[in-house]
Amino acid sequence: MSDEADLSRRHFLTVATSIVGGIGVVLTAVPFVASFRPSARAQAMGGPVEVDISKLEDGAMMRVVWRGLPVWILRRTQDMLGRLAAEPDAQLKDPGSAQSDQPDYARNPARAMKPEILVVVGVCTHLGCAPIERFDVAPADLGPDWKGGFYCPCHGSRFDLAGRVMNGSPAPTNLAIPPYRFVGDNVVIVGDDTGVKA
Amino acid sequence: MSGARSEAAAQGRFARFIGWVDERFPLTAMIKEHATEYYAAKNFNAWYVFGVLALMVLVIQLVTGIFLTMNYKPSATEAFASVEYIMRDVQWGWLIRYMHSTGASAFFIVVYLHMFRALLYGSYKNPRELLWIIGMVIYLALMAEAFMGYLLPWGQMSYWGAQVIVSLFGAIPGIGGELVEWIRGDYFISDITLNRFFALHVAAVPLALILLVVMHILALHETGSLNPDGIEIKERKNEKGIPLDGIAFHPYYTAKDLVAIVIFLMLFAAVIFFAPEMGGYFLEHANFEPANSLKTPEHIAPVWYFTPFYAILRSVPSKGWGAFLMLMAIVLLFFLPWLDRCRVKSIRYRGSSYKAALAIFVVSFVALGYLGLQPATEKVYVYASRAFTIVYFLFFLLMPFYTRAEKTRPVPERVVYKAGS
Amino acid sequence: MEKSTAMKMSFTRSRSLLQAMLLAGLALLATGVANAATGVPLERARVDIRDVASMQRGARNFVNYCMGCHSAQYVRYNRLGEDLQIPEDELVRELMFAAQKPQETMTIALRASDADRWFGTAAPDLSLIARNRGVDYLYNFLRYFYADPSRPTGVNNLMLDNAAMPHVLWELQGVREAVFEEQGSGDSAQKVFKEFRQLTPGKLSPEEFDAFVRDTVAFLAYVGEPMQLERRRLGVWVLGFLLVFGILAYLLKREIWKDVK
Repeated sequence: MSDEADLSRRHFLTVATSIVGGIGVVLTAVPFVASFRPSARAQAMGGPVEVDISKLEDGAMMRVVWRGLPVWILRRTQDMLGRLAAEPDAQLKDPGSAQSDQPDYARNPARAMKPEILVVVGVCTHLGCAPIERFDVAPADLGPDWKGGFYCPCHGSRFDLAGRVMNGSPAPTNLAIPPYRFVGDNVVIVGDDTGVKA
Repeated sequence: MSGARSEAAAQGRFARFIGWVDERFPLTAMIKEHATEYYAAKNFNAWYVFGVLALMVLVIQLVTGIFLTMNYKPSATEAFASVEYIMRDVQWGWLIRYMHSTGASAFFIVVYLHMFRALLYGSYKNPRELLWIIGMVIYLALMAEAFMGYLLPWGQMSYWGAQVIVSLFGAIPGIGGELVEWIRGDYFISDITLNRFFALHVAAVPLALILLVVMHILALHETGSLNPDGIEIKERKNEKGIPLDGIAFHPYYTAKDLVAIVIFLMLFAAVIFFAPEMGGYFLEHANFEPANSLKTPEHIAPVWYFTPFYAILRSVPSKGWGAFLMLMAIVLLFFLPWLDRCRVKSIRYRGSSYKAALAIFVVSFVALGYLGLQPATEKVYVYASRAFTIVYFLFFLLMPFYTRAEKTRPVPERVVYKAGS
Repeated sequence: MEKSTAMKMSFTRSRSLLQAMLLAGLALLATGVANAATGVPLERARVDIRDVASMQRGARNFVNYCMGCHSAQYVRYNRLGEDLQIPEDELVRELMFAAQKPQETMTIALRASDADRWFGTAAPDLSLIARNRGVDYLYNFLRYFYADPSRPTGVNNLMLDNAAMPHVLWELQGVREAVFEEQGSGDSAQKVFKEFRQLTPGKLSPEEFDAFVRDTVAFLAYVGEPMQLERRRLGVWVLGFLLVFGILAYLLKREIWKDVK
């Protein structure tokens, strides 16, 4: 049958063919795996949303949809900003937003580019429920310490008026802030922040 | 040396794991039965690669089909646009779609060559009649699969091709009209028809195909593969019970088939990347226009793999008889094992009468395929179709007579094989 | 573009199946009649979809002259910009309608029902027209309009008799009439196309006009299959890989088959 040299040659060819064939299978899998990523249409539909906030009154909140997510835009009053500043850091899980999801220009106590305008994704970071807005101070059901914010009815997570999660909530991080930019004073582009400096 | 020792230890662990599995599932036994101890004659030639290639195409069609399903919409209003969505918007969607559309034609090329191999070397003869019949059922299922799949892009050819073929069932006396309505689920080819063809194309027929292919392979491994000499290698075994002319499927034929697969893939890739329409034969130009139930394309031709039968259908100036002959053209193939009375299997040792008949048959099949693509207006084409249809049927109907008195050559006792050839 | 008489009949919007089938039958007859005139010189389009400049001009022509009536509803502007190397600001300024975004597709405001009323047929979407009719047909079709006062549009076409489409490019090409001559006699008499006669000159010379049409058709060829260049590029790599794999597999086969005596 075959001599020693043949066996080593055979071993080499078997390994080489297997490796090249394996590479081929992996390369073939690439287009199939990639086809799961958002298509051009999904990307087009997930494009930035232009929002006119000229009619948004002080203390009022509006909802828009961006990439299928509810995005809240809240015009905070001076009183609200004052209550937010009065919130002791010790009550918060992530006061500096170190663990949370936001663009760099929203990594501040107000979590906003302009302090009075809060743009935030209205999805609880615990299990994806939609929190409800509770801007009233010290209501009976939320207790005397409540300074206004968002409350998740599913599992009781509490967030302040900047969407920061409070101690004792099951939610791990603050509500996410989407990328956004302003065009003038009255138009917000949600989903696009080209040209915005951190 | 510790390296060698740990390697040996790892091998021991692996063997113990396999042993654990084998006590619960016949893994090693199956590998032995179907690969490492399945003995095939050593003299297979190139005609013997088309079975494994058909299996390869089946896998390609299943995988690409599943991925197409994820973005295709089986509805009359959305189907056409969803195919363009796949071609343009879905990342790599064009590649997956071209693989599938090219795969459909590749499937028939490979299967026709596989069937021709059986005609050459008598692979359908005793004891392989069931193997042949299962194969023919696979061929029928494949035709149904291709036909229903062709409706899904919802282009003009999809629509009118389905219209014509479904209308064929109307030729059945008595129940024809009701049957056509039942198939369509409507009074014309509509959204309802498209939806059910989709279900059959992506679920029912593929499941049947997989089952049939498993049966085909089991039947093959029961009788053993024949070979170009048409000799039953099981009749001469050594003291261990291994056929003298047999070699293990693995590694010998796996290695050989791998070469065939790569050559096939090169041709396949050449079409996908450089000629996905294949000049209008794999993707017809008229199908780039959405289906319109009020306007028949100027020239309807089915996809090339159906054209031999389409030519037979058109050659008869009667709807009923045309459809009947078309059906018989396929049914007769099922009876091949009994129509052929010659005891010699391989064409190498058969008489000149069969060789001539087979050659004429191949010419008529190819000619019918060509004629089926031509417009029905030319009288010459109609007469030619009739002539070749008659030849096609005579091949089968006269077979019992010209094969009985065949002057065969003596068949050797052992297969003809020269090492290194 | 090949709707012509048949679709005009569908304009009457019949309800019953019988009428629909009758229409389909008439449509079949009509398409049989609507074949191109004989004696027409068919020229090759000779488009080159690797010529980005040609396709950029074609895109501009398409937007200016075709998109009044025709959409290309599967084509995204931003994809177009990428493939034809048109920067986004230029894309927005020169190729797009005011209210559209770059990621949207080339749709038009003209409703199909209006088009049906105005032209007797809806102008077809042109995303796939090059794959449907072939570039040579389009190239000749756009160049072979001729004056025909019997038609509501005032023009007819050598490639498609009684075409519903008006001669959108007449200002560029000028007005031409077609000269036919009778061949044969009696029943076998045939009108055979002889030549064009220029009635009024166009803004472009005949050579410039052909180049204009060629650019436009090149763009349509691109639009029919935007990935075709990428497809061919990738194909070379795939075949190269398979060749290497094939050589290895063949060497392995030959090595293993040394056992078989």
